Amino acid sequence: MTLLENKSAEIPAPREITTKPRISDQIFRGVVTLGGMASLVILGLIALFLSIKGFHILSEEKFSFITESRWEVITDENGNLAESNLGIGAMLVGTFLVSLIAILVGVPIAVLSALYLTFYARGFVKKFLISLIDLMAAFPSLLFGFWGFFVFMESAEYWAKLLNKYFSFLPFFDVPAPIFERSPFIAGLVLAIMIIPIVTSISREIFDQTPLDRVQAAYALGASRLTMIRAVVIPYGRGGVVGGAMLGLGRAMGETVAVYTVLNVVYQINWQTLFGAGGNVASLILLKFGEAGPYEVDALMAAGLILFILTLIVNAMADLLINRFGGKGR
Amino acid sequence: MQVSPSSLASVAGNREQRVPGTNLIGSGLETRGVHAWFGTKHVLSDVSLDFAAGTVTALIGPSGCGKSTFLRTLNRMHEFIPTAALAGEVLLDGKDIYAPGTDVTKIRLRVGMVFQKPNPFPSMTIGENVLSGLKLAQLKKNNTDELLESCLTRAGLWSEVKDRLREHGGALSGGQQQRLCIARSLAVEPQVLLMDEPCSALDPGSTFKIEQTISELAKSMTIVIVTHNMQQAARVSDYTAFFLSDGGPGVMVENSPTSKIFSSPTDKRTEDYVTGRFG
Repeated sequence: MTLLENKSAEIPAPREITTKPRISDQIFRGVVTLGGMASLVILGLIALFLSIKGFHILSEEKFSFITESRWEVITDENGNLAESNLGIGAMLVGTFLVSLIAILVGVPIAVLSALYLTFYARGFVKKFLISLIDLMAAFPSLLFGFWGFFVFMESAEYWAKLLNKYFSFLPFFDVPAPIFERSPFIAGLVLAIMIIPIVTSISREIFDQTPLDRVQAAYALGASRLTMIRAVVIPYGRGGVVGGAMLGLGRAMGETVAVYTVLNVVYQINWQTLFGAGGNVASLILLKFGEAGPYEVDALMAAGLILFILTLIVNAMADLLINRFGGKGR
Repeated sequence: MQVSPSSLASVAGNREQRVPGTNLIGSGLETRGVHAWFGTKHVLSDVSLDFAAGTVTALIGPSGCGKSTFLRTLNRMHEFIPTAALAGEVLLDGKDIYAPGTDVTKIRLRVGMVFQKPNPFPSMTIGENVLSGLKLAQLKKNNTDELLESCLTRAGLWSEVKDRLREHGGALSGGQQQRLCIARSLAVEPQVLLMDEPCSALDPGSTFKIEQTISELAKSMTIVIVTHNMQQAARVSDYTAFFLSDGGPGVMVENSPTSKIFSSPTDKRTEDYVTGRFG
């Protein structure tokens, strides 16, 4: 009886459920929030600084700043600015090209070594290799640059000539003149070696977390190690590997010293990877910063701002990629 | 909980008793003097057991008695634990599966396994999960649609999922996921199926369905099931082996027809366990 009566009675509005956190919890929340916001604020301030410094250059040069490929600042005898033509088109292309080569070469090697370390290496070899790779990740990029210039260049040049000889029908393996030294190809390979450690570390950590019950399920179905990795580990780790590759890409895009050492900086858009001409935005800034007048410094800040925005766009795209392809295997 | 032995015995008696050597299919499995270690810890001592073709054997015993470890020695899953070691022989149709030069993937194809926690592959659809063994073991099969339907039917899941084969396995309930895992292990046509507490994570309704499935499967294969649930052992098995550890390595105390284990066990320790005096 009462049940029926209750049904006909009015349904109450949902209550608001609140809790009062303890003081210690509130304080901790404050501290953590502060830490979290700090990096955001610092990043925002850097972007703001670059924008303020570079804005007048961008409004003056307009779109040609990213499409043209010149870097001329002419001053009169009093040191005042007479004429300027500034554009970082070639450097943007170079940034893309060199980073792309680094990713295409570096990521597969990194994924293979991560698989080796997780599923094949044992005991001492495993421990030794893992600490070696972590050490490599902390290596100063200048040393990679030196090594690339003094040691690696010669053999890389030889490979470049081989590629050119047999694959010059592909436009990006063709060259306008037989200059193979200090090309985007070689810089890309040096960067590839630079990003291998970080991509390997991240991939290894993610592969290591593959749920054991799925691994065992695969083996119990008669899987070999290869088929188990393909069916279980790769789907699970895909998102993490893409994330690691994007961190590597970020490092490659912003890399300054190594590229500056290895690559021949030329103000000319060059898509031909084997040809000794190129440059990237960061190496341009390094090259020009020392002798730049105030106006030119602002222009370099503007270039920095473009690089900053480019990196943000690439990272946003990486997030999209991870969400699109990464979640499924989890 | 105090269970009267006679009630379990009557449950066991309801099963049609099957005797080895009479019209049975599947492969026989036999262990001789199996010992197991993890590192220096001796966890299983001298287990010799026969699993006749086409029978269902339940392994019972308190936690830590080595029954799951023993089960995992039967299809060489034991060796996945880094420090695991083993002595003795496991004979599948008379051949030692630990003999040098044995292709372990072939052994695991013939001796399938269902785990305690349902573990479908989340990156695959329901249909892909069932057929995943073919890909993993690199087997060629022509009529996969037929195989898919027959495996799901035998696992008692076909009617529930036939319209959702393209959905992901994770969308199913726990009990359905476990039956999906059973269907998956059937697709590679094993002769022996090992089940490691397959119902311990499931509700009674799902448990009932899985037990029905086991009875159905027992017509065509040899089944070894580890269970904590003595009623379950009584309901599904022809034979029951009781394992026990007194702090040292686990030993197999008694192996008898299930109705005998629950009505008149030979060993005092078995009687104490099945009547609920400990464990």
